[in-house]
Amino acid sequence: MKTLSSALFLILHCAIPLFAQETPVAFEGARIIPITGAEILQGVVVIHRGRIVAVGPVESTAIPADAERRDVSGKVILPGLVDTHSHIGQVEGADRSAPIQPEVRVLDAANVRDARFRKARAGGVTTANLMPGSGHLMSGQTLYVKFRDGRVVNDLIIFREDGAPDGGMKMANGTNSRRNPPFPGTRAKSAALVREQFLKAREYQAKLERAGDDQEKLPPRDLAMEALVELLEGRRVVHHHTHRHDDILTVLRLKEEFGLRVVLHHVSDGWMVADEIAGAGVPSSIILIDSPGGKLEAMNLSMRTGAALEEAGAAVAFHTDDGITDSRLFLRSAALAVRAGMSRQGALEALTISGARMLELEDRIGSLEVGKDADLILLSGDPLSVYTQVLETWIDGEKVFDRSDPAHLLYAVGGYGAGHDQPRRVHSLEGDVIE
Amino acid sequence: MKRLLWLLCVLTAGAAPLPAQVAIYGDKIYTMAGDPIQHGVMLIEAGKITVVGSASETTVPEGFEVHRAAVVTPGLIDARTVIGLTGHLNQPHDQDQLEAAAALQPELRAIDAYNPRERLVEWVRSFGVTTLHTGHGPGKLISGQTMVVKTADDSVERAVLRPAVMVAATLGEGAREQQGSPGSRSKMIAMLRQEFLRVQDYTRRRSAADEDKKPALDLRKETLARVLDGELSLLVTVHRAHDILSALRLAEEFDLPLVLDGAAEAYLVAEEILQADAPVIVHPAMQRAFGETENLTFENASRLREAGIPISLQSGFESYVPKTRVVLFEAAVAAAHGLSFEDALAAITIWPARLLGVDDRIGSLEAGKDGDVVLFDGDPFEYLTHIQAVFIDGRKVSDGDREWR
Repeated sequence: MKTLSSALFLILHCAIPLFAQETPVAFEGARIIPITGAEILQGVVVIHRGRIVAVGPVESTAIPADAERRDVSGKVILPGLVDTHSHIGQVEGADRSAPIQPEVRVLDAANVRDARFRKARAGGVTTANLMPGSGHLMSGQTLYVKFRDGRVVNDLIIFREDGAPDGGMKMANGTNSRRNPPFPGTRAKSAALVREQFLKAREYQAKLERAGDDQEKLPPRDLAMEALVELLEGRRVVHHHTHRHDDILTVLRLKEEFGLRVVLHHVSDGWMVADEIAGAGVPSSIILIDSPGGKLEAMNLSMRTGAALEEAGAAVAFHTDDGITDSRLFLRSAALAVRAGMSRQGALEALTISGARMLELEDRIGSLEVGKDADLILLSGDPLSVYTQVLETWIDGEKVFDRSDPAHLLYAVGGYGAGHDQPRRVHSLEGDVIE
Repeated sequence: MKRLLWLLCVLTAGAAPLPAQVAIYGDKIYTMAGDPIQHGVMLIEAGKITVVGSASETTVPEGFEVHRAAVVTPGLIDARTVIGLTGHLNQPHDQDQLEAAAALQPELRAIDAYNPRERLVEWVRSFGVTTLHTGHGPGKLISGQTMVVKTADDSVERAVLRPAVMVAATLGEGAREQQGSPGSRSKMIAMLRQEFLRVQDYTRRRSAADEDKKPALDLRKETLARVLDGELSLLVTVHRAHDILSALRLAEEFDLPLVLDGAAEAYLVAEEILQADAPVIVHPAMQRAFGETENLTFENASRLREAGIPISLQSGFESYVPKTRVVLFEAAVAAAHGLSFEDALAAITIWPARLLGVDDRIGSLEAGKDGDVVLFDGDPFEYLTHIQAVFIDGRKVSDGDREWR
């Protein structure tokens, strides 16, 4: 039995290496941008068993004797990038039956064989918030993943301490969620529908509390209400799509009324109400697009939003919204924000630790610190230069992207087959062979 | 006060004052006609460039308005866009790049739909784009004509360089009609071939000596006759390799001047494109890869260039959340993916000027050409570089990406 279970363990071990990377890896000589500390011009990062075990200057950082030593002089190391808003993985959420569907989960739709996961790794993105779309007031539960080289969605999921998949709740206001009934036709109706559901959830919550352990008094389980109660109790963060200045304020009002924890997303008019956003202590996950417009509520979108929010003292992260912008160009967002006045430090934080905070994962990811997950990217040059390439991406101590590998390069630059979801399977007498 | 403002408006816009005499110093001037000049200066008088040379060997006459920049380039040319026919809001009222009534409408002119006051025109001008090849978009077998226009003036008549330059066609999924024809790829080519045969017949019969035997004037056929004459090029938006080959086959049969547009899979059939002598206006480097463009690559431009195919770069058109609107940014990403710095710059200046038949006026900084100039504070392609000023015909038309500083 013991032999069997250890054999089983070995099989599992090969499939999903729990304690992979038995040999420490030391990256030596690179310029290191730890984000939470000062830049190190010639530094060392040592990773072991999926964690960062040392970060420091070359001259004063001990390298374990058994480490695999990598000379990366002239290169730049950054923490893995955190994308607070992405739609890759062919994710789905709510259907057309109702405008508010808190019970649906991205978890049940994500396809990890989506080619865009490979592209995201090539862009240096290591963690992402996979979200359903914005065509609903509430379109479902989002999923926090690491772009590990997994076969099934569980390989990628970030699990909470209670064992549940980590994620937030996607909400939206403005024009995208305005449609024919049962969807709202106006902004006021949008707000009323949402408030109505939260008030119902409060009653459900009160029933639960009154019942305590008494099975007789417990209301029937209601998946939608349970998810809303999580929001009311602050156990799940609301990721709220919103563009126009007045819609942004509507979200802040909703947050206030129900004590929600909210991250604003897109925030096109954010520069107009930066003080209100900062005053509410609400973070913003923003997108940078090459021109304003594309639709009416984005007509005042500005590259200066990052700078304006930073100046007002509000937290800012960037997102790709992939499909909308390409994960492979995520670094570009930070560069354009700096071009439009944001501080370099603020912009680099907005690619990493700031997003990690919005996903409440800042204890594990978002900076290069001892004890944190070994998620890092190796760059050919400065992160804000157009000519810089992501050379390698590491997640939990595993190299998941290597530009020198032609199979990976295909996804980094594109080309024939780069849009295919997974390697083609060629049937042969020996069984399945992955080309 | 109001009257004063009005007066100011009149003075600064509309009937513009005579262009100033302008001197522009550049630490580096990319003339696109020979090697870049280190520490150069150029003079513009009456809208035209009069001198381009070394600063130490050139005397700047008194009275010239002096500007200085780290890098100076010719005004940028967007080799394929629908800007001005499409607006920044992307709402029905500002979408004139595609008429849905029929599959074949070559008679639609760009000049009749271009809005020179569109905010998007002003937007791209602030990023150094001084000339657009704009007009009817992809989405119909033949959607209409394109034109070459400068981004400066409030009057299309004054701004236009060539009112008609190409006829825009689409092959592949983009031309497939949900109802009616063409509903298949074969039908697309059959319809085009039949149409050109009809035009040949029409042209023959129009030249009949007997006025009574002439067929009635047909605007649509007249336009396509200009394509068969070689006066207008056929601009085919096409992405799949096999559709590109269909376009080449069509061009060969009717001896048409063909320009490929987009061409996501062109790198797969570069040899055939080279043999057919067809220039390619490569899709925006940052265009999203899905559907017909699933196999596109950031390196398409550099690979075609290496193959010896004449290329130009474009901002193109994306319908949902349009992002690829600034051709400078697209060239930057191409330059980061194998295209040399100077080739990337040529692909948004002198190469499209030649392709569009306007290189006698624009595309390079040479004496006698228009005073269309862009001033940068660093490498034009770097994300952190700012555009300081944009000149068209010697007039400063933009302070650059000022909103971003």
